[in-house]
Amino acid sequence: MTASVLAAGVVEETIRAFFQGLPIGAGFALVAMSFVLTYKTSGVFNLAFGAQAFISAATYFELHVRRDWPIWSAVLVAVVLVAPVLGLLLERLIFRHVHAASAVSKLVISLGLLVALPELFKLIVDYNREQPFGAVGIIPDGTTVYRLFGRYPVTRDEIAAFVIVVAAALALAALFRYTRLGLRIRAVVQSPRMTELNGVNADWVSSGSWMLSSLFAGLAGVLLVPTTPSLGTVLEPTGYFPIVISALAAAALGRLVSLPAAMFGGLALGVVTTQMRTHVPRDNVILAELQGPALPYVMLFAIIVFWPAIRRQVAGADPLLGVSPPPPALAATSRSRGMTIYTRIMALAFFTAVGIWTFGYANDFWISRITHSVIFSIIFLSIVVFTGLGGQIALCQVTFAAIGAFGAMQFAQRWDISVIVGMLAGAAIAAAVGAVLSIPVMRLGGIWLAIATLAFALFFHDVLVKYSWVGGSLFHGRGVPRPEFLGVDFSSRENFLILSIAILVLVGVLIILIRESSTGMALRALRGSETAAESIGVISWRSRVIVFSVSAAIAAIGGGLLAMEERLVGYEANFDPQTGLFWLVIVVVLGARTVEGGIQAGVAFVIFPELVLHRWFGLDGAWRFVLFGFAAISFARHPEGLLEHGKRRSQALMQRAFARRAPAMAAAGAGGAAETGEEP
Amino acid sequence: MTDATTTADPAEMAPAPLVIPVLEMRHVNAAYGPFRALFDVSLSVGEGETVALLGRNGAGKTTVARVASGLVEPTGGEVMVDGNDFTKTRAYRYAKAGVVHVPEGRAVFPDFSVEENLTLAFSRTRDRSGVRDALARAFELFPPIAQRRRQIAGTLSGGEQRMLAMARVLVETPRLLIADELSLGLAPIVTDEVYAVLARIRDAGTALLIVEQHMGHALALCDRAILLDHGAISWQGPASEAAQAAGASLFDTGGDSRS
Repeated sequence: MTASVLAAGVVEETIRAFFQGLPIGAGFALVAMSFVLTYKTSGVFNLAFGAQAFISAATYFELHVRRDWPIWSAVLVAVVLVAPVLGLLLERLIFRHVHAASAVSKLVISLGLLVALPELFKLIVDYNREQPFGAVGIIPDGTTVYRLFGRYPVTRDEIAAFVIVVAAALALAALFRYTRLGLRIRAVVQSPRMTELNGVNADWVSSGSWMLSSLFAGLAGVLLVPTTPSLGTVLEPTGYFPIVISALAAAALGRLVSLPAAMFGGLALGVVTTQMRTHVPRDNVILAELQGPALPYVMLFAIIVFWPAIRRQVAGADPLLGVSPPPPALAATSRSRGMTIYTRIMALAFFTAVGIWTFGYANDFWISRITHSVIFSIIFLSIVVFTGLGGQIALCQVTFAAIGAFGAMQFAQRWDISVIVGMLAGAAIAAAVGAVLSIPVMRLGGIWLAIATLAFALFFHDVLVKYSWVGGSLFHGRGVPRPEFLGVDFSSRENFLILSIAILVLVGVLIILIRESSTGMALRALRGSETAAESIGVISWRSRVIVFSVSAAIAAIGGGLLAMEERLVGYEANFDPQTGLFWLVIVVVLGARTVEGGIQAGVAFVIFPELVLHRWFGLDGAWRFVLFGFAAISFARHPEGLLEHGKRRSQALMQRAFARRAPAMAAAGAGGAAETGEEP
Repeated sequence: MTDATTTADPAEMAPAPLVIPVLEMRHVNAAYGPFRALFDVSLSVGEGETVALLGRNGAGKTTVARVASGLVEPTGGEVMVDGNDFTKTRAYRYAKAGVVHVPEGRAVFPDFSVEENLTLAFSRTRDRSGVRDALARAFELFPPIAQRRRQIAGTLSGGEQRMLAMARVLVETPRLLIADELSLGLAPIVTDEVYAVLARIRDAGTALLIVEQHMGHALALCDRAILLDHGAISWQGPASEAAQAAGASLFDTGGDSRS
């Protein structure tokens, strides 16, 4: 008797969870479909959908809630007008011009846009982030509850979300199957040039598909607010990022190319999430988090690692691929000896001057800023190792930095060991984690490595940090003392700055040594072509493991120092995975190829918003996201970084002016640009 | 490469001034990134004229074809279509102007069915019933692909894919057809069939620019020949004299050296 009652209860709960899951999954499905649409038609792995969804949602609430526009007109402007226009602008102004660029470059551009667009929107619209909007949907009286079959409660908003998504999917399917535009979009997917030979303007077609996908993203942006509690209270762009990654996992179920699979994947993901929330016990952190946001990350990671079919290049089938010259490799060109010497002399002069000023005249505020920039330079050098030396992009450096910070904290709090030792232990742990992480992603390259490492970073963020042996406990707090080491007290600002500079110099020298060593040679060979390098006996896995662990250890040392400088682990402020995206963008924009590039990025990250934007131009510090975010567009053309590019160009100009060794330089430049391929 | 050898027939130096050629390239240079592929190439194809573009592997023939159809924008010089400047124009406008390019290799949409491949080409100028008529005509002209109308084009044989690529052209009757290495990788008997189709296209009044490494078929089909060497024109003149002008070397490297 009791057993059957219990069973009936379980069945009822399951069905209820099913109906709760569908509307959540509907949102995933919409974003997943728009993702597939852009990925198929323009080869862009568009992580900026989160930004596009946010802009539509924020426009809607700005108009409807704050300015009291009626629902239909606010939806019309926010979704039907703003979203497609935004998509059109992105395609016209940005992605059309980088058509031949590598997939990684396009990914970096989309990361830049993800950072820049919402900030630009906030600055332009004067968007009031403090005012809570509440979970307002696009359906009148959306919170009205209906009872399906008399017992399962669903709100009108949820029904609307589900119905709209299914209708949108059907409309899209009909468009592709029966219309001329659909046929043309599918043709452009296979080969834009062949489509042009048939007399069709391929650019118009891809503009059309970008408008369509942006429309979907905007629709998802407003539909998700009432059904996703985490978005509802204060609308922030960061809230959409986990949704985009979940949608990515859903799209991955259909190998990123199948629209129906993306839709069903999204719905299934929503249902599975609510089912787990209903049936899985919550007393274990991992299980509890898998019910919530972590499931898609694990799934995404697993799909990328274990399902090689997903990594097949979309553009591989284009019979006219050879028409465009191959894109430059991630870190193809190398600089001349003369410029290296010149750079080192200039750097020495600059740092001597800054050093004299800092220790002689600067106040506490500026010393702290300069310490911060030294520490961020160290962290960014880990990106130099990974991207500049390794030729790959990882989005989990922020996680390694957090591991270093928590390492220093844990050792100091638990065992009262010097934080320096703790920091080094943290670096060792990070190196080990990096080495372990490098094993499953060994064969991945390009965007797949970037996405897999991003999934890892998000998993750390959502699950591991919550363990007390990682993120500490509420009871103890996250305080970190300044170090005292070998009898020297580094707790004063000046002394700590000296320590940081010493470590920066050590790390910089280490990187240069690695670059000149046989490992560095092997890495240079692997950057050119992994297959070719292996055929001449370079052991690629060993280089991979070295790059992962060295880069992780450097990031961890930087993270540990940052915690000491701030006297606590500011995890939310400093080590959020989305912060890490901006780290990567600023480093690759300024120059990921050289040690000097990493240091410039560190200085720019800390000093630029304070000094240039705020003091000189009186601008909001948020402009730095806009400036560097949009500057990521340059990455497609100048993978060596803007500053490096500028220097090379001025050097070339000077040499031409003096007509000295000019032919040799030109030949070297041409040969370098011819290096091809970032994926094996 | 020297100008002295460029012309064999004085009549070629001064074409009749009143006739505007369908395609004219004036002093065209072209490059892929840092690699220069064409050096000062000038040629013209008149209304209904058939021209064979010959040369050894890597001479720049395919690049000429790509510049002539707008796929590659020249870095210098001019491209004229029917007397209009098309130098900076994109490929789809060439196609609309009737300059149709059948590129080298498997020049079909590999994921489309045979019918979808043709529909894409026909739907630009026709409505739904017009497309149906054009499809019917294409299948009438090419019975082998009619049997495979629902098959995915990527799974067709090489010869069938060439048939498909030409079926879209033959129904439209373009002003100029640029055919790139149509015989490449085909069995001799299939090559014969392909050239029979080209002859039909020529007889329908379409001008032809045939890019070939294999000289025999192309010279039999065309009135005029252009020899390309290291990205520059080394000789042009009547097709009957081309074999002699090219010398034995080109015949030696013909055949299947690029399989």
